[in-house]
Amino acid sequence: MLRAIRHKVGTISYFCLIRCLEASYTLFALQSICPAFGAFRAFASAAKEMTVREALNSALDEEMSADPKVFLMGEEVGEYQGAYKISKGLLDKYGPERVLDTPITEAGFAGIGVGAAYYGLRPVVEFMTFNFSMQAIDHIINSAAKSNYMSAGQISVPIVFRGPNGAAAGVGAQHSQCYAAWYASCPGLKVLAPYSSEDARGLLKAAIRDPDPVVFLENELLYGESFPVSAEVLDSSFCLPIGKAKIEREGKDVTITAYSKMVGYALKAAEILAKEGVSAEVINLRSIRPLDRTTINASVRKTNRLVTVEEGFPQHGVGAEICTSVVEESFGYLDAPVERIAGADVPMPYAANLERMAVPQVEDIVRAAKRACHRSVPLAATA
Amino acid sequence: MSLSATKFVHPITTPPSTRSSDKPLFSTFFGSNHTKLRFNKPIVVAQRRSSSAASTSSPVVAVSDVVKEKKLKSASNLLITKEEGLVIYEDMILGRFFEDMCAQMYYRGKMFGFVHLYNGQEAVSTGFIKFLKKEDYVVSTYRDHVHALSKGVPAREVMSELFGKATGCCRGQGGSMHMFSKQYNLLGGFAFIGEGIPVATGAAFSSKYRREVLKEPGADEVTLAFFGDGTCNNGQFYECLNMAALWKLPIVFVVENNLWAIGMSHLRATSDPQIWKKGPAFGMPGIHVDGMDVLKVREVAKEAIERARRGEGPTLVECETYRFRGHSLADPDELRDPAEKAHYAGRDPITALKKYLFDNKLASEQELKAIDKKIEELLDDAVEFADESPLPPRSQLLENVFADPKGFGIGPDGKYRCEDPKFTQGTAHV
Repeated sequence: MLRAIRHKVGTISYFCLIRCLEASYTLFALQSICPAFGAFRAFASAAKEMTVREALNSALDEEMSADPKVFLMGEEVGEYQGAYKISKGLLDKYGPERVLDTPITEAGFAGIGVGAAYYGLRPVVEFMTFNFSMQAIDHIINSAAKSNYMSAGQISVPIVFRGPNGAAAGVGAQHSQCYAAWYASCPGLKVLAPYSSEDARGLLKAAIRDPDPVVFLENELLYGESFPVSAEVLDSSFCLPIGKAKIEREGKDVTITAYSKMVGYALKAAEILAKEGVSAEVINLRSIRPLDRTTINASVRKTNRLVTVEEGFPQHGVGAEICTSVVEESFGYLDAPVERIAGADVPMPYAANLERMAVPQVEDIVRAAKRACHRSVPLAATA
Repeated sequence: MSLSATKFVHPITTPPSTRSSDKPLFSTFFGSNHTKLRFNKPIVVAQRRSSSAASTSSPVVAVSDVVKEKKLKSASNLLITKEEGLVIYEDMILGRFFEDMCAQMYYRGKMFGFVHLYNGQEAVSTGFIKFLKKEDYVVSTYRDHVHALSKGVPAREVMSELFGKATGCCRGQGGSMHMFSKQYNLLGGFAFIGEGIPVATGAAFSSKYRREVLKEPGADEVTLAFFGDGTCNNGQFYECLNMAALWKLPIVFVVENNLWAIGMSHLRATSDPQIWKKGPAFGMPGIHVDGMDVLKVREVAKEAIERARRGEGPTLVECETYRFRGHSLADPDELRDPAEKAHYAGRDPITALKKYLFDNKLASEQELKAIDKKIEELLDDAVEFADESPLPPRSQLLENVFADPKGFGIGPDGKYRCEDPKFTQGTAHV
């Protein structure tokens, strides 16, 4: 069978076969690695469903048509329709002057974006993954974030840096880091992390309209997920406020905070906990900087227990900041130590079983919530 | 080879005016006018023609001119001996069959993540790496399977690594894009464009340092940095060209110009697409070679590597090549013109080498078929080995984060965490 396929190299039939196999493989991979992927298919109600990809695409489309100063810049955003097809159709609609395919030079084009923003244009700079933003981080921090301050308000930088963040499936150490904590620690930046399609649409529109630099952290594995959207979300003036978290699920026993893909995991964990009599409140942070401390603290004052969930490295992570905020403001209300679930403190391994262990799973969240509720559960995972 | 050494024109002595003319890319192809060395007729690819101004003197001279003069004096006109021919053929076949096997395994779900295949570019890897000693260094990009194989990493280890098994060359921790081998001096495997070039420049620096500061005898390792056309627009590339030429580092910068960076054509991304010209701008020779022809690549490689080994400094070699498959196995590859693909498929380096071997009676059909069979068996064995290898144990998750695991800090009992034998049994709770 080996040889049969090899001899077909170069014929059109081979390429068609490969495309079908690619599509089915990707579906297979997503379902085996992201447990939430299949679950939301069953969530359809009378409301319209929209994938996160469509949400981002429509948000970009609407903002670009509303304001001619908005333009999109990045690798493969034009002719390739976007490395993850987020900018599909935009080149045909707006032309190559507004949808710019750049050479592979993050430092260069991020800097060019910042300079354009100095003069009132509104660039949306796409990084193929946020890992590559490390090559441009000097511009994100030093020329974008700090400019308004250094110039005493003379220069504002209405730029959006967006792209997928965090781990995908089997892509190794250099493609899997979460940058939420890094960017959120820098004053002058706004850092957003959407979860559902509604978040994606509302927050991206808010980011593009915002006069400050915004780091918009998407997630590759969420792009294909569908979420129900109401008519209000589909309206072209829909916008979500920056700095406001959303309570995805009300509860009274324990608060679970999460952002991006981990919100899906937290919701699944909440389902499992509900069956065991623990009512979990799930907060979708949406905005990492500014962090919605009010909502988090109000929730902890109600439930008295907190579990923070994130995909990134534990030390100096988002969970650490949330924990400190709660200790500072609601210490008396805590009935149990704050549980912090984060990715493993190692560079992301490639091997599938090690990768599963390096990223939080639903079981980890369930166990942490139970620990916070003083059930006795072993510290380390079994199997 | 001092005769050919002087033919590498030092760019500083050449007045700038002679370099500014626009010439069709193909006039700088080696052997383009020499029928003896040509495998195929001169190729015309319409969209790549720049202005057809008359050519003035080139700042770099075709090495093969010189080699040809010498060869004409010797008895045999051939560029390789039979043994060399078979070695080259075997290496290229290993690269090709391995990559085809990777595609198969990916679609069966045994391999995952990003897999970037090298089909069509084997001539560059074989042409260069087969001139290296085991101690020489190779630095590559994410398209590194064939560089690893050419450098000597066993196919079993590479295949296990791709499957994510504990017997892989990086114990399953690196994956397709991060192949490292201390034993064979393969320094990676980098996912970021341009990341490998400073690392390679540093490896070259270390061998020069060892020779001149530490006075180690015989420290003349040469480094090869492989990267693509997209990388040549990245700042790190230029920074390293400057420093390598400034400090005369023993490195060869090998550009595998396959004309495409995912879906971005080289011509759309680059103000001046002739990458070899960037060498003389920094004070090193810049050479353009037909990367689909392993014998031409070998000629250039031999000279560039020997130049570096002698301590004369870096060289920039642009190999015009093509990848037959998409950027990765997840790339639908819709933007490339099928006519272009067909054109380059007709210039398959393996087919060309076979023809050369047959035409010059260096090898027979049976000998080559025997090599094919041998490689197929080797790969079947590699896949079986990888399949049967165990997954990494959970205790491996926390290993190799630091060379000195005291970096994990002091535990609650006041002793270093790593001293507890059960340390690696935990999960994310470190």
